[in-house]
Amino acid sequence: MSRPSALIEHLLRRAGFGASPAERDSYDGLGYYEAVSRLVDFNPDETDVDNRIGTPGYVGTTSAGAFSPNQVINDARQRWLFRMIHTPAPLQEKMAMLWHQHFATAFTKISGLVEATTATRMMAAKPSEDAAGARGQIELFRQYALGNFRDLLIEVAKDPAMLYWLDGRTNTNNKPQENFGRELMELFTIGVANYVETDVYAAARVFTGWNLVNVGTTGTATAYQAFRYNGAAHDTGEKTFSFPIFANGSRTIPPRSASAGMQDGVDLINALAFHPETAKRLARRLWTWFVSEAKLPNDQFVDRIADVYLHTGTDMKATVRAVLVSPEFMDEANFFQRYSWPAEYVVRMLKEVGYVGFSVNSALQPMINMGQQLFEPPDVNGWELGPGWFSTGGMLARMNFAATVASNQRVALRDAARPSRATPQTLVKFALDRLSLPTLAPEVYGTLLDYVRAGNAWTGTDAQLLNKSGGLFHLLTGAGEYQFV
Amino acid sequence: MKFTRRDFIRGGVSAFTLSFAAPAFLSDLARAQGASRRNLVVLYLSGGNDALSMLIPFQDPFYFSRRPTIFVPASSVIQIGRDQSNVSLGLHPRLTGLKQIFEEGHLALIQRSGYPNSSRSHFLGTDIWSTAHPENSMGPGWLGRYLDSLPSPVDPLVGWCTQREVPHTLVGNRVSVPAIPVPVSSYAFSSPNPDSAERAYSRTAMAQIASHVPVDQPNLAFVNGTAEAALATLDRVASVGTYTGTVAYAGDGLSQALKTVAGAMARGIGTKVFWVQIGGFDTHSAQQVNAANAGYANLMGNLSTSLLAFYTDLKNQGLLQDTVVVQFSEFGRRIAENGSAGTDHGAAGVMMVMGGSVNGGLYGTAPNLNPAGANPTLENGGNDVTYETDFRSVYARIMDNWLGANSVSILDGDYRKSTLTFI
Repeated sequence: MSRPSALIEHLLRRAGFGASPAERDSYDGLGYYEAVSRLVDFNPDETDVDNRIGTPGYVGTTSAGAFSPNQVINDARQRWLFRMIHTPAPLQEKMAMLWHQHFATAFTKISGLVEATTATRMMAAKPSEDAAGARGQIELFRQYALGNFRDLLIEVAKDPAMLYWLDGRTNTNNKPQENFGRELMELFTIGVANYVETDVYAAARVFTGWNLVNVGTTGTATAYQAFRYNGAAHDTGEKTFSFPIFANGSRTIPPRSASAGMQDGVDLINALAFHPETAKRLARRLWTWFVSEAKLPNDQFVDRIADVYLHTGTDMKATVRAVLVSPEFMDEANFFQRYSWPAEYVVRMLKEVGYVGFSVNSALQPMINMGQQLFEPPDVNGWELGPGWFSTGGMLARMNFAATVASNQRVALRDAARPSRATPQTLVKFALDRLSLPTLAPEVYGTLLDYVRAGNAWTGTDAQLLNKSGGLFHLLTGAGEYQFV
Repeated sequence: MKFTRRDFIRGGVSAFTLSFAAPAFLSDLARAQGASRRNLVVLYLSGGNDALSMLIPFQDPFYFSRRPTIFVPASSVIQIGRDQSNVSLGLHPRLTGLKQIFEEGHLALIQRSGYPNSSRSHFLGTDIWSTAHPENSMGPGWLGRYLDSLPSPVDPLVGWCTQREVPHTLVGNRVSVPAIPVPVSSYAFSSPNPDSAERAYSRTAMAQIASHVPVDQPNLAFVNGTAEAALATLDRVASVGTYTGTVAYAGDGLSQALKTVAGAMARGIGTKVFWVQIGGFDTHSAQQVNAANAGYANLMGNLSTSLLAFYTDLKNQGLLQDTVVVQFSEFGRRIAENGSAGTDHGAAGVMMVMGGSVNGGLYGTAPNLNPAGANPTLENGGNDVTYETDFRSVYARIMDNWLGANSVSILDGDYRKSTLTFI
């Protein structure tokens, strides 16, 4: 089995979800910048990975009736895991997951207000498969995965799921609703230290009238709710902020007629997207998401990435590419210095250990136990990353999922391990070659050998191989070392 | 801005992972540290509880005029008397269980609790309540600091979080609190092989790998320490998993979490600090305070039935004197309703303290909800309730009079308030 360089494997763990043996082969021999281009330069509209769902040779899905990822949230979760495992454009799914964290929206609140099928459409509907052409929030994030951040903010402000999640749908001139305006500044752009309470009130007024309207035919599959700017519900007065809104330094959005008032929101989003604190905050987030959780970014990195972001007019493709080719990202000292998210952990394990005969449905409850249910972040601030994933309960859930996958794959692993049956050392080497791990400490390696030898003296029988290959993959993917990417 | 544990790990996490006791000594340790069986249960209402819908000033005309569609009718509230400023107060109609506990003298309601310049941010607000440091809320939590003050080594079950994510309040520099989500039946070891001998080999090997704590790799040391603590506590947690209780607990998360707490007490685990929580309090829209089976009314119903079950279960077993439950939320909500039949982020709220050793009653004074003129009970142009009792004074009382620690050192200041005699 061939393997690409350690640097490219690092890139595949960070800009994707790790690599299956076949994917590793396809990157072997590629130069680093070619590999970066292959990951970055995908066409967001051209991936046909969904067509593979339900076909042999891929991870399975399980559902109560027909597989309905546009209407049933559990199926939507399975489709997304399937995409993460099999997509030819892993950075697209990675960015979608990061935007899901950044604009964290939870299904449960929406499904408490509308029917579960409607809430699922708002979260996950694929426009080409929806009777009303509805675009679920995750499809927005996939479409804008490496798109323009300012444009993404505009789309998010008009996104039906977001309009439910942060109550923008009820924001009117008679009763301004502060929820979206506050989080837009606190979490989506400039951060909590860079605005004052009166900015929250002004932002709420800016977005008055950014509401929803019923479309399609009631009682049919075309019935849906879509964004509509409702001028009659817009507060037409002037709004003054503590930071500049316009290039000339003006902090005041002038009074506008009801029909022209939608421009208020566009002006505010422009100001926030191009605010230097937004650029720095995104640069710091990109550091945490891609480079390292073991140390803070240096100022040069933040300034360099923030500059790319601002000078390209908030283009995320250029910005993320700059991160991936940065000396900090490529520094060997930063390999395995990020705590894996449960989705990363699960997908990488399945890609490396194997998935034939496994259904991603069997990963959903374990992921809840690990602390990450897709489409269900705990609040608008998203999941607590890094060490936050690693409570005792969360770690136990990972060790137990490692046991589940090893148990499910143990026959295939036994078969693959047969050429390596000679000694405990050759069997351990087989397992280590299959996984992307940092170098293990000698005492950990010794524990693995002791484990293979435990019980009857090692002769490499099929029965021994069955127990010990599955057992080794359980120990290795449940080990602390494997929790890092 | 949200606090994370990353900062501690960066500072050298090995200190706290190494401070775990070896499993062989755990039962001795638990016995020694459990010499006082007193414990504290922190109940967090996540999202910012609308205190004015929980403890209702039902004779204040502005309560009705400022909440024209989401008031609880005066005829529905559970009247519980007048506070020291002679304001009549009533509990939300679904709080029938709390009414019983209040009448038995074991529920204290501390009105207008908060702090100066209250944050309206969920995350900053939660950090402030978690650390008791409004000026710099990035450090360890107030109960993390308390656990850090206990003599080393500490039993890994000295703290017990009933949800997946350990809250900031319980994060210390040295002591790491386990997260044991309910139901605890999934808190068990799995093996890929059904054979029992193979299963034992796997568990031994996994524990050996987890015991590897490289001091030069603090992140790996932290993860391994977490795995080690999980493996070391499985069997004692399993003993709590079989607890049935003397009363029927409802199936909701809070009820089941409180049942686990009662089980840990009944089994004599020796835990000093428990964490339970219930979400859904960020009621920006469709708050539904009067619904039969929805919204805020259901939250109150859950709160009431779960706490009453817990209270009765402990009382039946003579354990009620050993526990104090303290409830908080990151902020109260705005006085006037918004356009979505809900309420936005506000300032001061109500804290509850419950237990067999608690001196129940109404503490502090209710806000006057009249927005006009000089009204010292309101702030932000009359939009929000202003605090009267600093929440740190409540923490101080619990530290000094219940946990037997020194509040001045744990809270980094003297917040003791002699009129706050709830315990």
